[in-house]
Amino acid sequence: MTMEDPLVLGGRSIKSRLLIGTGKFSGYPLMQKALEAAQPDIVTVALRRVDAGSKADNILEYIPKSCILMANTSGARNADEAVRIARLAKAAGQGSWIKIEVVQDNKYLLPDNLETLRAVEILAKEGFVVLPYMSPDLSMAKRMADAGAAAVMPLGSPIGSNRGVKTREIVEILVREIKVPVIVDAGLGSPSDACECMEMGCAAVLVNTAIAIARDPVAMAQAFSDAVRAGRAAYLAGLAASGSEASASSPLTGFLRNETR
Amino acid sequence: MSYYDILLKYRDLPFEKIFRELSPQEVERSIHSEGSDPERFLALLSPAAEEFLEPMAQKAHALTLMHFGRTIQLYTPMYLSNFCENECAYCGFNARNRMPRRTLTLGEVEKEAAFIASTGIEHLLILTGDARKKSPPSYIKECLEVLKKHFSSISAEIYALSGDEYADLARSGIDGLTLYQETYSEADYDRVHRAGPKKDFRFRLDAPERAAKSGMRNVNIGALLGLGDWRKEVFLMGLHALYLQDRYGEVEIGASLPRLRPHAGDFKEIREVSDKNIVQIIVALRLFLPRLGIALSTRESASLREDLLPLGITRMSAGSTTRVGGHTIPSPEGENVPQFEISDPRDVEEMKAMLVSKGYQPVLKDWMQL
Repeated sequence: MTMEDPLVLGGRSIKSRLLIGTGKFSGYPLMQKALEAAQPDIVTVALRRVDAGSKADNILEYIPKSCILMANTSGARNADEAVRIARLAKAAGQGSWIKIEVVQDNKYLLPDNLETLRAVEILAKEGFVVLPYMSPDLSMAKRMADAGAAAVMPLGSPIGSNRGVKTREIVEILVREIKVPVIVDAGLGSPSDACECMEMGCAAVLVNTAIAIARDPVAMAQAFSDAVRAGRAAYLAGLAASGSEASASSPLTGFLRNETR
Repeated sequence: MSYYDILLKYRDLPFEKIFRELSPQEVERSIHSEGSDPERFLALLSPAAEEFLEPMAQKAHALTLMHFGRTIQLYTPMYLSNFCENECAYCGFNARNRMPRRTLTLGEVEKEAAFIASTGIEHLLILTGDARKKSPPSYIKECLEVLKKHFSSISAEIYALSGDEYADLARSGIDGLTLYQETYSEADYDRVHRAGPKKDFRFRLDAPERAAKSGMRNVNIGALLGLGDWRKEVFLMGLHALYLQDRYGEVEIGASLPRLRPHAGDFKEIREVSDKNIVQIIVALRLFLPRLGIALSTRESASLREDLLPLGITRMSAGSTTRVGGHTIPSPEGENVPQFEISDPRDVEEMKAMLVSKGYQPVLKDWMQL
């Protein structure tokens, strides 16, 4: 594709519409190779895992310097903890991009939209570039966008489940109705799932588990990157409607064109 | 409502008959279904399921990868005190065992902490015997002030406390509680806990729930494998974990699988729990509760820990000693008795190297003080 199609997020022009999460890899060197293969512009890191005191075990040392580091608030149980984690990340020099994750449900790890909205309100006012991970819901997504979220990140299916875009109906509504970019986060199990999101008009996708636990995470990162590009190109090219009805030989409205009328 | 109400409902089931009659077909159905239906858990724990350990292990491994990735959290235990008022038949710290007792001074705590922190460990588990007078909550809090400078997350495995005391410790920086019920059979519990404050079955049974309400982030339970019929014990422990998970979604619930080890004392009624049984326990728990944390301690041998690793384990201890001051204070032979003998003496570097060689990322830091 030759035409420029950057995504603008937080005032930055983003080239790669594949955002990558850094948990669950068997090691940081392998994660680094996967990132180098996919060349994402945005990489999310759980602050809880950042061991800044250790050179060998500091995940930040393995993330290409060209990437925007987006800390996430994994482990936060409420808005207050998410806000504290975001401030700690900023104070530690990890910038002002923050993915808000608030989970009060350790059985399924589904997000708490109300606490997430509260955290968005506080952190957006403090100047953070805020990307909330959420259960797809129109009014909540609107409120988060109104509160200053740079994008909304509805889940495709439960995190880690690799089940694909089970929330498709609602995500399509969000894509139509929400003024900020919609980035599907969580549950995408295969490159075709990511491609499907892009064809639907999502601005980007965020993938972690499917890459990290693949037999070959480096090749899988590349495959996701290709799929995201293909899906975006298809969306821009204007997908033909997938109607299955053949044109009827006796049109139902043919009488309207009947000159003898 | 307490887990005791659920225990009363299930503990008198005709377990022997149920386990005997569970068919291979029911086991297969349970492997391929999902959800936390107690009947499904019984099928996974049944003797009939022993023929399906491989497919169960495959599913358990896949579920563990999905939820936890190729990562294992490492932690190190630090014994603060071995004074104990209890007479637990199976334990080396039993009050009747004649042995030197000590409680670490804050200076010694600092020394132990500096040593453990120098290995890279960020998750610490502090332990005491059950002797309120010798290691009261106020002492634990004093230790915390020393320890917080060295570690990003501290959990405690100490005698059962009141809800207010747990909340106080949570505010002071304790992130997690580990507390084993030992046995879910009230009669066996009374028999093996011959004397001491631990004799109160209900107070201990409800302690994990008090901790879950207190603001702690992790609660870890366990049954001492070898005290009773393991199938029944693991069933009732799994229901306990489910009870906590359903009510306290903001708390990460974990389980440990401590198999009784040789110890100083005269307890000889240990019932055999084989390696094959341990495999079945881990995979059944993982299939029943996919998000459950599962810890494997150094009670197990190095080679067995490595074999069990991919089946569902999420946390392992490293650089362990069960002696008070065992990391830095030399002890002449026989002078400082361990709580139990450990079977995997590998230090943090060795454990990290082992995990990397197995394709796992050792996670030394997974939380921080907010």
